Amino acid sequence: MPIVLDADRIGRSLTRIAHEILERNAAHGGIDELALVGIRTRGVPLARRLAKSIHEITHQDVATGALDITLYRDDLMRTAVGAQPVIRKTEIPFSIDDRRILLVDDVLYTGRTIRAALDALIEFGRPRVIQLVVLVDRGHRELPIKADYVGKNLPTAQTQSVQVHLMEVDGRDEVEIIG
Amino acid sequence: MKKDLLGIGDLTSDEIYLILDTTEAMREIGQRPIKKVPTLRGKTIVNLFYEPSTRTRTSFEIAEKRLSADTLNIAATTSSAQKGETLADTALNIEAMAPDMIVLRHASSGAGHLLSRLCKSRIINAGDGMHEHPTQALLDAFTIREHKKRLEGLKVTIVGDLLHSRVLRSNVLLLTTLGAEVWVCGPATLLPPGIERLGVHVSTAIDEAVADADVIMMLRIQQERMHGAFFPSTREYFNTFGMTRARLAHAKPDVIIMHPGPMNRGVEIASDVADGPYSVILEQVANGVAVRMAVLYLLAGGAEGD
Amino acid sequence: MPKLLLKGGRVVDPANGRDGAFDLLIDGDRIARVGRDLPVDRDVAVVEVPSGFIICPGLIDMHVHLREPGQEHKETVATGVAAAVAGGFTAVACMPNTSPVNDNAGVTEYILKKAAEANLARVYPIGAVSRGQKGEQLADIAELKQAGCVALTDDGHPVATAMLMRRALEYAGMFDLPVIEHCEEQTLKTDGVAHEGFQASALGLRGIPGEAESIMALRDIALAELTRGVVHIAHMSARQTLDAVRWGKSRGARVTCEVTPHHFVLTDEMLAAPVPYDTNVKMNPPLREAADRDAMLAGIADGSVDVIATDHAPHHYDEKRVEFDRAPFGITGLETAVSLCFDRLVHAGVISIARLVELLSINPARIMRVAGGSLSEGAPADISVLAPDLRVTISVERMRSKSKNTPFDGWHLRGGVAATIVGGRTVYQNDDAAIGL
Repeated sequence: MPIVLDADRIGRSLTRIAHEILERNAAHGGIDELALVGIRTRGVPLARRLAKSIHEITHQDVATGALDITLYRDDLMRTAVGAQPVIRKTEIPFSIDDRRILLVDDVLYTGRTIRAALDALIEFGRPRVIQLVVLVDRGHRELPIKADYVGKNLPTAQTQSVQVHLMEVDGRDEVEIIG
Repeated sequence: MKKDLLGIGDLTSDEIYLILDTTEAMREIGQRPIKKVPTLRGKTIVNLFYEPSTRTRTSFEIAEKRLSADTLNIAATTSSAQKGETLADTALNIEAMAPDMIVLRHASSGAGHLLSRLCKSRIINAGDGMHEHPTQALLDAFTIREHKKRLEGLKVTIVGDLLHSRVLRSNVLLLTTLGAEVWVCGPATLLPPGIERLGVHVSTAIDEAVADADVIMMLRIQQERMHGAFFPSTREYFNTFGMTRARLAHAKPDVIIMHPGPMNRGVEIASDVADGPYSVILEQVANGVAVRMAVLYLLAGGAEGD
Repeated sequence: MPKLLLKGGRVVDPANGRDGAFDLLIDGDRIARVGRDLPVDRDVAVVEVPSGFIICPGLIDMHVHLREPGQEHKETVATGVAAAVAGGFTAVACMPNTSPVNDNAGVTEYILKKAAEANLARVYPIGAVSRGQKGEQLADIAELKQAGCVALTDDGHPVATAMLMRRALEYAGMFDLPVIEHCEEQTLKTDGVAHEGFQASALGLRGIPGEAESIMALRDIALAELTRGVVHIAHMSARQTLDAVRWGKSRGARVTCEVTPHHFVLTDEMLAAPVPYDTNVKMNPPLREAADRDAMLAGIADGSVDVIATDHAPHHYDEKRVEFDRAPFGITGLETAVSLCFDRLVHAGVISIARLVELLSINPARIMRVAGGSLSEGAPADISVLAPDLRVTISVERMRSKSKNTPFDGWHLRGGVAATIVGGRTVYQNDDAAIGL
């Protein structure tokens, strides 16, 4: 199973993205307006790492939260065979009104997860801007969704699957393609 | 999970924990500015209540609406039941309109089982006669876990009209399944025969039952269900079994006091206990909505007819 | 009608000390001869009875609700006796809790007329003890006896007071009528719907303790002693009641008792599974614990129990398709009794076939003082032909009773009915038994 990103490359991608975020948002209100919201599960540790990078660069803290989008999925009541997916808590301990929100996820594929995340986020308030950060973009969009920051573009076949492993969840950092 | 939730007796301990964990996530929704998620959008849920109930029915209704379901309340006093229509016919008529779920409260034990045999809709038991009230036990367990971080090994004492209480049966089943040490206490005339077979300690002496308890649950003396002389007077009941500050002193210092409501102040519980620092009675009510959201969510998906 | 010779079956006739391979000759409506290798005359139709089949005195069910007059949606005399003969019974005794109650000659004669029109099983009406079964005044007992009643009961409830029961025993004694009693202390029963025990507690159903039955049985046995009257305890279910009966018999009281098949087969565990709150498991007296069921089996084996009777209680499908506590009490029994008796008593080694004949024929005939219970030469040709090894699957679809309220649908049992002969006429033949009558 080919490993397309190793720990080193993941780290460097995230550092690069952190710089890009600051560049693009520098002209506006400053770090105070920024907030990172990771989409569960693996978007959350990625968001935290970005917050850490930004802190190392600017010596300032960025508000960080976690979003569970299970209840907003469009496939929930359709084809579920057996048990419902397990829900975990959403934790956004700050107001998102007028903020510049960076949604963070590990893999961008059909775009449906991001659509659900947008629906969920809007319930919490009215951000000024929402931008999307993904570690991997594997193509095959089914909705008009685009990432603003991409770690790596990975062309894949639909029969393949992209597995992201992160130290915080899986004990190692690597991205592999299966199939 | 099975198609219906008719009783705690139908749940494994894994399923109980799944419901409790899901409740955590559901509770957060009640803290948002917009208390709604689209999860059950387009689903129709009928609340079919043959017994009057403000608390449970509104709790279910709020839970259903927060999940964006379409709700329909049928109170039997105003419906065809008054014209003599049987439960079976009412259910089949409702079923013809294809609801996804029916939440049923009824005065007869086993009413939910009858409905489940007749209807394809998922049935949630909101209280059937003297049999079970599963969502009450689940919200009680959630409340206990909030305060005590666990259920296993806790001493939980339940006091009151044990014979006629569906809350008792559901709680006993749930607490023993999750490994709590359960004591039940009440007058000898109100002890269900054979109850010890459910794995509980049985006592008619309140001080023994309450000694070192982590949780004390008071049950209502159900006057409307009683036939025959089960105890001489509410005064004597309060003196022998009522929860007072003095009796509380025998329990653990961080004991919590619970009651499914509605309370008879001065009969099973003194006002200063009901309103005092150990009481979590109002939290129980608040948790009820989140627990019911969890149950609705978990039952709504899944394959047709497991 | 030619004479009918049943050849080669196993004749079980304890009254005449017979159990073995005998031929039986029927002439008209009487048994003409019983013997070995009977000669075959020209005007005799010969039936080769398959080997292993039992030929016994006609079975008599002394506790049946035929529901007519007044509740014909549940059953009629005609459908009831059709069910009876399909169940192997040549005679039934029917209960008076009809509408109107059978407390007068008019209703008794009506029932007998309907039975004559149906012309299948014999029907022996049982009259009410009290007017309207209200428990206040005695019914016109002499009139009932004259019209054809064989016993008295207020079945559905007990005779309301000790005083009235005493008078009934004394008065009925003049006419040799036994008083059949539904033993149940009403204030202990209140609104109970199931046996008071763990199962009812777990399911949240109000309970009826066994003592509700035994307390009343003790009352009635004491009164039977006092009055030298005859009391028959209907549908006994509790081990405490059986103890009371043994005690009464040991003191010489004239007490007999019956047990239904469901009380020696099932227990209150049926309330929870396979169908929780199945109203086809609701009857009065209720199914009790294993200890009670086992006590009934022991009593059947040791002779303390005198009769097996079904308490056949048909109810319409709509009436049973309700919440458990609202459903009427009772299940059918005529078409399941024989198979249950064979499978759970005979094949289970609890009793012999001779003892079964005592319980289902000899004793009911003796208690009600009606003809039957033997295959004596000259006796009416009321004969049950039974197939002890026939594989039977109980099927409500094929039952002749109007009502289908039984918990035994789908049960696989060993033993069944081959044919039923009443007054020399074959009124029922089971196609599956291939008897060729």
